[in-house]
Amino acid sequence: MKPTDTKNPEYFHRVVDCQWACPAHTPVPEYIRLIAAGRYGDAYMVNWESNVFPGILGRTCDRPCEPACRRGRVEERNAEKPEPVAICRLKRVAADYKEDIRARLPKVPKQKNGRRVACVGAGPASLTVARDLAPLGYSVTVFDRDPRAGGMIWSQIPRFRLPLEVIDEEVGYILNLGVEFKGGVTIESMKRLLAENYDAIFVGSGAPRGRDLDIPGRQEAAANIRIGIDWLSSVSFGHTTKIGRRVIVLGGGNTAMDCCRTSRRLGGEDVKVIVRSGFEEMKASPWEKEDAMHEGIPILNYLVPKTFEHKNGKLTGMTFEKVKATYDAKGKRRLVPTGEPDQHFECDDVLIAVGQENAFPWIERDIGIEFDQGMPVVDKLTMQSTLPKVFFGGDAAFGPKNIIWAVAHGHDAAVSIDKFLNGEDVRSRPAPGVSLVSQKMGIHEWRYNNEISGDARYAVPWRDQKMTLKDIRVEVELGFDAKTALAEAQRCLNCDVQTVFTGKLCIECDACVDICPMDCITFAKNGEEAELRKRLNAPALNLTQSLYVSDALKTGRIMAKDEDVCLHCGLCAERCPTGAWDMQKFLLEMTHAGPACRTPKGKAA
Amino acid sequence: MTYLAKPKLHHPTLAKNKLGYIRRDYEGAVSTLCAGCGHDSISAAIVQACWELDIEPHRVAKLSGIGCSSKTPTYFLGNSHGFNSVHGRMPSVLTGANLANRDLIYLGVSGDGDSASIGLGQFAHCLRRGVNMVYIVENNGVYGLTKGQFSATADRGSKSKRGVVNTDEPVDMIGLALMLGATFVARSFSGDKSQLVPLIKAAIAHKGAAFLDVISPCVAFNNHPGSTKSYDYVREHNEAVNRLDVIEGRDQITADYAPGEVTDVTQHDGTVIRLRKLAVDYDPTDRVKAMGYLQERAAAGELVTGLLYVHPEAADLHEHLGTVETPLNQLGGRELCPGSVMLERINASLR
Repeated sequence: MKPTDTKNPEYFHRVVDCQWACPAHTPVPEYIRLIAAGRYGDAYMVNWESNVFPGILGRTCDRPCEPACRRGRVEERNAEKPEPVAICRLKRVAADYKEDIRARLPKVPKQKNGRRVACVGAGPASLTVARDLAPLGYSVTVFDRDPRAGGMIWSQIPRFRLPLEVIDEEVGYILNLGVEFKGGVTIESMKRLLAENYDAIFVGSGAPRGRDLDIPGRQEAAANIRIGIDWLSSVSFGHTTKIGRRVIVLGGGNTAMDCCRTSRRLGGEDVKVIVRSGFEEMKASPWEKEDAMHEGIPILNYLVPKTFEHKNGKLTGMTFEKVKATYDAKGKRRLVPTGEPDQHFECDDVLIAVGQENAFPWIERDIGIEFDQGMPVVDKLTMQSTLPKVFFGGDAAFGPKNIIWAVAHGHDAAVSIDKFLNGEDVRSRPAPGVSLVSQKMGIHEWRYNNEISGDARYAVPWRDQKMTLKDIRVEVELGFDAKTALAEAQRCLNCDVQTVFTGKLCIECDACVDICPMDCITFAKNGEEAELRKRLNAPALNLTQSLYVSDALKTGRIMAKDEDVCLHCGLCAERCPTGAWDMQKFLLEMTHAGPACRTPKGKAA
Repeated sequence: MTYLAKPKLHHPTLAKNKLGYIRRDYEGAVSTLCAGCGHDSISAAIVQACWELDIEPHRVAKLSGIGCSSKTPTYFLGNSHGFNSVHGRMPSVLTGANLANRDLIYLGVSGDGDSASIGLGQFAHCLRRGVNMVYIVENNGVYGLTKGQFSATADRGSKSKRGVVNTDEPVDMIGLALMLGATFVARSFSGDKSQLVPLIKAAIAHKGAAFLDVISPCVAFNNHPGSTKSYDYVREHNEAVNRLDVIEGRDQITADYAPGEVTDVTQHDGTVIRLRKLAVDYDPTDRVKAMGYLQERAAAGELVTGLLYVHPEAADLHEHLGTVETPLNQLGGRELCPGSVMLERINASLR
């Protein structure tokens, strides 16, 4: 293998699994250390810079970071139930316990730069664009058909998961940056919007159309059949306050989970979720399924809806066909009837949450914005459409995803808009800001706590169900207290504190090999990666994780370190007599819109 | 020095041996030796060897004297018996323990100061008697605990860290061991576990006095140019006579080697030691030739390593003395004091 190029920021970035997995690349270990130090405000600001909605995401994020978290892998065969660090809920800790941070937010510029940007939809993507551009002097106007800003954060996520104050606070931080919000305004024509001569337009209108289910009885029983996201929105606005005693929720995604749990709070006593697929393949996050079942909601699987039953124009129940999953040679799943008798469930109401669709009836097809199968053609790198001044982001760009992806899109689009309006090539993207700093203070003193906690993941405490099921506004999760937050924070392995190896200092004494608790380090003859991976002290079987390989050392061997389950405990560096190993903190911050994202003057091509 | 205990977490693929233990179960407390000390590598090699041999930790007694090396038994086999004796007196304590309980595996861990200076006499007699043990000298040629004076194994002409040249002849531990009748003699290097671990395993399996001289660089005081016990010097001058591949136990040997490449030494108890030859014509069962060879190569400036001598028909102290199979410490009053009638009979037989 060739020696690892650690100069390329991507190498060490990949080692920080959580940050690499996060669409917005939030420096997770950095803010977790700040939480452990009790510096909640600082931890909040690290988040706010990167993901814009720490308090909101700390309750609702899809947390792609957690399945990626190294802690889960190192606990394999070491703990009863291997679990990642509760990254998401620690984010909430930063939001809950921070001091007043308003003075640390960007100032509204006194002098505007004369550019006008319109954002369609006031969801997380548009608000991120607004947050990034307004402090730079852009005049940003955000339109939304709802009278409140927040988009799906507000309309689809129920209050028992995300209280109003949290939304108001964090959406407020953005609107207070001098962003103009025009609520209750539906943009009905892109052509007309373009005619208003904005310098750039960002479309962050989400995936506002819930899929329907066209099976017999749908029309006849329509009065008691609702589309999930519309119904949730109607609940959020207080238009809907009641539901029948017996409710069936169709669908296996997070919207279905929100629907069933909301139903429980609006009078639904016998609420069940019914999905076509198997329980395991459901799209909902595992923790959301757990939360629903915890509230006494059964999830029935492998049932395909066949008919809505009705009598005298009123819904009485639903019939399902029992199926099983079969897999063909290519591993593709097919649901085939088992031949068992159909199953019938009585109910008073049905909520359909079987997916969301994009809808752009308001974008004319003859104005230069190309579409492909109903979706706009959007550059994945720049978020730019085929009409240069129009950009897309969030669910509107590539279909339904989640808040954190919307934020990432928003940042990217803001960079593009800033470059575009400064006459630069939007496809030349700014490099991230990177620093690598030794953490050594003394012989075995480091600037981070390198002692590895043996604690299992802490569960977030819940409020008593007697209270939470009674009132939809009562938040279920209480959040960690400061003491538990500290203990959970200590489970973080500080993967951003990198093991940095300097081959010319190494005397090959084996001290690092002997002390490494995870057998990560091997000194061996060089070879091809596939073959080398097999003959390390512990086989490097996780191919998604890199091998860190040195140049040839004095004996002609190389140092090969498997990054997979490294604890970042620094014992290799403590044991190293020559300082060939050092622990260095790698901090990567994405470059957002502003002068830093532009090509330096004089270097412009 | 490391203050933190080694985290308990281990690699998910770590295998269990026949007893259900992982290698980490054979570790001891975290080492307080200097960072980079060769001794820590030897400890790791002992851990590896005991794990691979499926040794029950409570069946091992580790004994040591005084010195950096003699601290190391704390750092491996945390669940075994241990005895940290007086300076240079480990061999006597080990001999006594072995006489009292012949069932344990005895691991004598010592250094060049402990064994070649203050304990030289003890070292000699312990080997002479053929005590069934593994005697490891962690040899760095320097007194590390007192900041780097030459020890008795420092080569003549080698330089101290401060530039002083050693004018004394070194004590040749391997030469002594061969002369004094050790039945398993090997030399290795702390920086080469692929050689060291099999040697330790073979030494443990050997029934008799096994002596291992392990060159173990002192990073703090003896790892500079001019030293003959530095990592660089040992690597440069290391001439292994053979590679110990497998100890087959009593199993069938199946691996294929070209004739002349391999020597199999079948020991008294049926254990087979398989050696891959590196030096042509080196016969590790010929003690006299081995002694000559070692002197010759040493004069040429080479450091010969590998299994230097093994006596296939080795016997140990208990065989010499004709003691009973049952460990003496398990004999009860009746066996130890057979009564006046028996005494009368013995007395009569001697009249």
